[in-house]
Amino acid sequence: MKTLVTVKRVPDPETTIRVKPDGSGIVTDNIKYVINPFDEIAIEEALRIKEKQGGGEVVLVSIGGKSVTEQLRTGLAMGADRAILVLCEQPLDSLAVAKLLTKLVEKETPELVLMGKQAIDDDSNQAGQMLAALLEWPQATFASKIDFAADQKSATVIREVDGGLETIGFALPAIITTDLRLNEPRYASLPGIMKARKKEIKEIPVADLGADITPRLTVVKMAPPPKKEAGKKVETVQALLDLLHTEAKVI
Amino acid sequence: MPELYDSCLPLTTLREEEQLFRDTVREFAETRIKPHVMEMDREGKLPRELIDDLFRLGVMGIEIPAIYGGAGANFLMAILAIEELARVDPSVAVCVDVQNTLVNNALVRWLNPEQKARFFPRLVRNAVGAYALSESASGSDAFAMQTQARLDGDSFVLNGRKMWITNGAEAELYLLFANADMTKGYKGITGFVVERDFPGFSVGKKEDTLGIRASSTCELILDDVRVPRENVVGEVGIGYKVAIETLDEGRIGIGAQMLGLAQGAFEAALAYAKERKQFGKAIAEFQAVQFQLAEMATEIEAARLMVYNTARLKESGASFVRQSAMTKYFCSQVGERVASQALEVFGGVGFTKDYPAEKFYRDAKIGKIYEGTSNIQLQTIARTFLGR
Ligand SMILES: Cc1cc2nc3c(=O)[nH]c(=O)nc-3n(C[C@H](O)[C@H](O)[C@H](O)COP(=O)(O)OP(=O)(O)OC[C@H]3O[C@@H](n4cnc5c(N)ncnc54)[C@H](O)[C@@H]3O)c2cc1C
Repeated sequence: MKTLVTVKRVPDPETTIRVKPDGSGIVTDNIKYVINPFDEIAIEEALRIKEKQGGGEVVLVSIGGKSVTEQLRTGLAMGADRAILVLCEQPLDSLAVAKLLTKLVEKETPELVLMGKQAIDDDSNQAGQMLAALLEWPQATFASKIDFAADQKSATVIREVDGGLETIGFALPAIITTDLRLNEPRYASLPGIMKARKKEIKEIPVADLGADITPRLTVVKMAPPPKKEAGKKVETVQALLDLLHTEAKVI
Repeated sequence: MPELYDSCLPLTTLREEEQLFRDTVREFAETRIKPHVMEMDREGKLPRELIDDLFRLGVMGIEIPAIYGGAGANFLMAILAIEELARVDPSVAVCVDVQNTLVNNALVRWLNPEQKARFFPRLVRNAVGAYALSESASGSDAFAMQTQARLDGDSFVLNGRKMWITNGAEAELYLLFANADMTKGYKGITGFVVERDFPGFSVGKKEDTLGIRASSTCELILDDVRVPRENVVGEVGIGYKVAIETLDEGRIGIGAQMLGLAQGAFEAALAYAKERKQFGKAIAEFQAVQFQLAEMATEIEAARLMVYNTARLKESGASFVRQSAMTKYFCSQVGERVASQALEVFGGVGFTKDYPAEKFYRDAKIGKIYEGTSNIQLQTIARTFLGR
């Protein structure tokens, strides 16, 4: 099975994010970048599918500047076969991303597109859904388990929904977006890193894809969350109950 | 990598794959090792699952060629791995250090193709290796070893005892030195690959040590151990060369271990200094504490340049005997000094096992002892310009 996996370069969730004083964005100096953690789960799943099926191809795709090569190289070191980087410096909204991915899917004709359920930088949670709509393909979002029929023509996905699990079945090709509990991604091994040096990262200028990526959204302002106030220590259970009643008004 | 003339690239500039590898090992150390450091120290044991993870990560066969399943990477990669592991746990670092810079390194150089095909796939997959030179009566004077190898038909029969062998408890393959002809003195010394399950071979007691407690240091007992001729490393009688030249490279590894240790101790002290308040402010705001931290950082920088340069010298094929002795000598001092200062930054809690400082301090001491004591390093350095 040929799987296309989307990879976004995002700030390391471990780093402290600071908003620029004018609210136009975040301070990017000295930030470490990583693969969006949900995309990392998608790469891992694609590799497991390939290993289990004993064949197939895992193709990584990303959109962004040259620096994204770093994240693609990491994905290749984990074991993906090759990568495509759509070179694009301008900021994109989810619809523009979905349109560009549509063009790539038409070129690559994969049986499966695996994506993170959201990118941890803008938390939009819509590129996968939009791509499915544009392609008119079935979609399974928030996957926590994926199985394929023996003929590899259909799949079953367990989804994490509010209050429980939902199992859905659908025909391939399809879009699946990954949730946190789908798997635990492997580390890129040293032999993997050495092999990745020779793997292809094909660069495509964004204009070559001929998609209309005019932004429909503008980010008006970013603001840091309000500072947490210091908590209060109370001496007795009664004092706690009183405060929960009179101050927090929860009981 | 920036476009500069090769000759003026900073020593600490890493290639893309070196950087990715270093970051990966760091993340592995932070997530898979750090939570277990104190428990491993207490129990005096490296859990097998961790060793398996190290094999999976590919750090147990860094320089073994890809045709045997190794990574086919360079010596600097091994150095980066040791440094990053030691930053979190010098015990794990020395396990990886011995495997790569002593065992694999010697075998890559001295084994014939048939032997490589026999041992390398195991060394990259799951077999831990150990390097057995020292004995109770021959440490600094390693070539005075008493373990003997007697040729009998097409095998050698080995008798004797080895002491202080790192990875002794976990190893499956031992690069072991014995004298095959006592009348020839050190020119009788021969290297052998000894399998743990050879009849007559046993692993004795594990030492109860001050530091790197999770790393095993064991006695090896050889009682009429039959080792086939095909397991001779290089040739009979050149073991002294195999042993000494391997140690020249190994010492850079110990330099890297001490460097990583110093880095780990420094980072812990820095974080604590920013957090701990006395006299109404963070202790990092006191100039005296700042100067202590600055001093530590400067020493670490110097140590890093030395380690990387010596590793790069080795890779370039130039002579590096003096520099590797200097590297171990200097880095073991930096490790001990920085660990000691870091502990002091912590104050009273630094002396307890609730904080990482005391362990780094205990772990630092070994840097001045194994792979040649500091006196032996100084002797080696002096000999490079004074002769014997
Ligand atoms: C934790 C640990 C792990 C080890 N791992 C290994 C291993 O994996 N494989 C292995 O083969 N060995 C290993 N060793 C052994 C180690 O290499 C020796 O302990 C070391 O070489 C010193 O030898 P020694 O203990 O016999 O000390 P000695 O040689 O007895 O030295 C005692 C003191 O005398 C000084 N001294 C000796 N000769 C001279 C001289 N000519 N001039 C000036 N001073 C001198 C030394 O500097 C030292 O201060 C390990 C040791 C330890 C503690």
